[in-house]
Amino acid sequence: MILTIVGISRGMLVDSQRRMRAVGADVLVRPPGSSVISLSSAPIPEKMIQFIERQPHVSMAVGAVNQPVGGVTVVTGIDVARFTQLSGGFRYLKGGPPRQPNDLLVDRYYAQQNKLSIGSTVSLMNRRWCVCGIFEEGKLARLVIPIQILQDLTSNPGKLSQIFVKVDNPANTDAVVDELKSQLKGYLIYSLEEFVSLISMDHVPGLAEFIGVIIGLSIVVGFLVVFLSMYTAVLERTREIGILKALGASPAFILDMLMRETFLLAICGSVVGIGFSFGTRWLIMTLVPGSLSQHIVPDWWPITGAIALAGALLGSAYPGWRAARQDPIEALSYE
Amino acid sequence: MSDPIIQVRGLRKVYRVGDVDVEALRGVNLTVERGELVCVVGPSGSGKSTLFHILGGLTSATSGEVIVDGRDLSKISDAERTEMRKRLVGFVFQKYNLLPTLSAADNIAIARHIAGRGLTEDPKFREVLQLLGIGHRLHHKPRALSGGEQQRVAIARAIVNHPAILLADEPTGNLDSKNSEAVLGVLRDLNERLGQTVLMITHDAHVASYGHRIVHMLDGRIVEAG
Repeated sequence: MILTIVGISRGMLVDSQRRMRAVGADVLVRPPGSSVISLSSAPIPEKMIQFIERQPHVSMAVGAVNQPVGGVTVVTGIDVARFTQLSGGFRYLKGGPPRQPNDLLVDRYYAQQNKLSIGSTVSLMNRRWCVCGIFEEGKLARLVIPIQILQDLTSNPGKLSQIFVKVDNPANTDAVVDELKSQLKGYLIYSLEEFVSLISMDHVPGLAEFIGVIIGLSIVVGFLVVFLSMYTAVLERTREIGILKALGASPAFILDMLMRETFLLAICGSVVGIGFSFGTRWLIMTLVPGSLSQHIVPDWWPITGAIALAGALLGSAYPGWRAARQDPIEALSYE
Repeated sequence: MSDPIIQVRGLRKVYRVGDVDVEALRGVNLTVERGELVCVVGPSGSGKSTLFHILGGLTSATSGEVIVDGRDLSKISDAERTEMRKRLVGFVFQKYNLLPTLSAADNIAIARHIAGRGLTEDPKFREVLQLLGIGHRLHHKPRALSGGEQQRVAIARAIVNHPAILLADEPTGNLDSKNSEAVLGVLRDLNERLGQTVLMITHDAHVASYGHRIVHMLDGRIVEAG
């Protein structure tokens, strides 16, 4: 459970980083007061694109609008032609760019999850859309429509959520960032690498705490499960323990035996848990690749192993101690 | 003549059941010589099993003197009683009490392991296994063995550490007549060929006839020492 939760958290963040990098911009301009991970409004005036393009070393600037449409799914509005100039464009697996007002581009994972093909219709924002192109995942967004359509639909004509800026030479990125910061007071202006580095657990408000709570709950649940399992196992083995005591096994021998078994069970449980995390990733990639992304997190394997081991050993210590002190005659008469 | 292997004098055992004291043994006196095969008979509640448990170091006496192979059991601690069970006594129970997840060989080996003798097989013990007639069944789990075979494995486990006394509590109680004869034959062979001292509890007069002498118990006392 811990490996899957951490894997999903990391997978979602890495997926966001990868899509942002693939945009091909060098600098990002975001509205004042926006958070790193999400944009749900469009307060930047569109005229700012021309302003930015007039700055030294700026090759081009492309605006985008983001609109959440349920869960973690976001529709991005962009001028597809200019985006192609900026990033090299989408790699279409089927179909091509939007030509009609109701045309919608989707990435492969979204199409796979929702069983969409060219010509399929999708209901979003109280409107029916026609899938005109399916592109390779990993660039910008999962759902893309022309920017003007999204601006109109969200009652934000002439407004943007963010602006991607291309610099003439990557070496000039810092100079452009500094220049824009001095000109656009209050706006959040990042080099792309800086922005990508901010897409992490530590920079998403509440995420680290959320993960901490989940891990804490996992430890408590794991401890109780192991404790009750061991208690039941020891009860079931009362007669067996009586036999060993009749043969001369000391309390230390019994406790040692139970602890060794617990240790082995915890190790096996950890290995099975790692296996399950591969299983949940396969399930996510098969059933909901457009909504969730899970990474395998080997750096968490020793942590979860230690949690399992500590829970198991602590959980079995009391029933093991009781079993070790059991009266052999009572134990032998146990049915 | 050597000292008796078991000497019991004025043995009393009182159990506390709820708020009531139950006197299970009321001054038992018993002497068993080395190499004897003694059968203890008596009705339920006569104190046979309690005597068996005290002689085997499974519980302590309330009062009296119990000397087994020169050691006074009334003066030893729980830890010393545990130590004594490793080598001084071997148990054979009515319900066999084999560990179900281990093979017959491992059931025997674990008794050696607990006694600190390692897991390797004692070559001389192979002869004993042949005597018991289970040499070819050692790699089977208890559930694959007949009752008679399980009891013979239990006997092998009980004597693998060469105990001074073998305590058998109704060893044929769960067996049919054919298997009972086989198990009793084994116990008698062990006694006659290896000089193993055997103390056997039974209800059955025919089983008791295998002993050199019969000790009768009633209401926590020995009423006839044979």
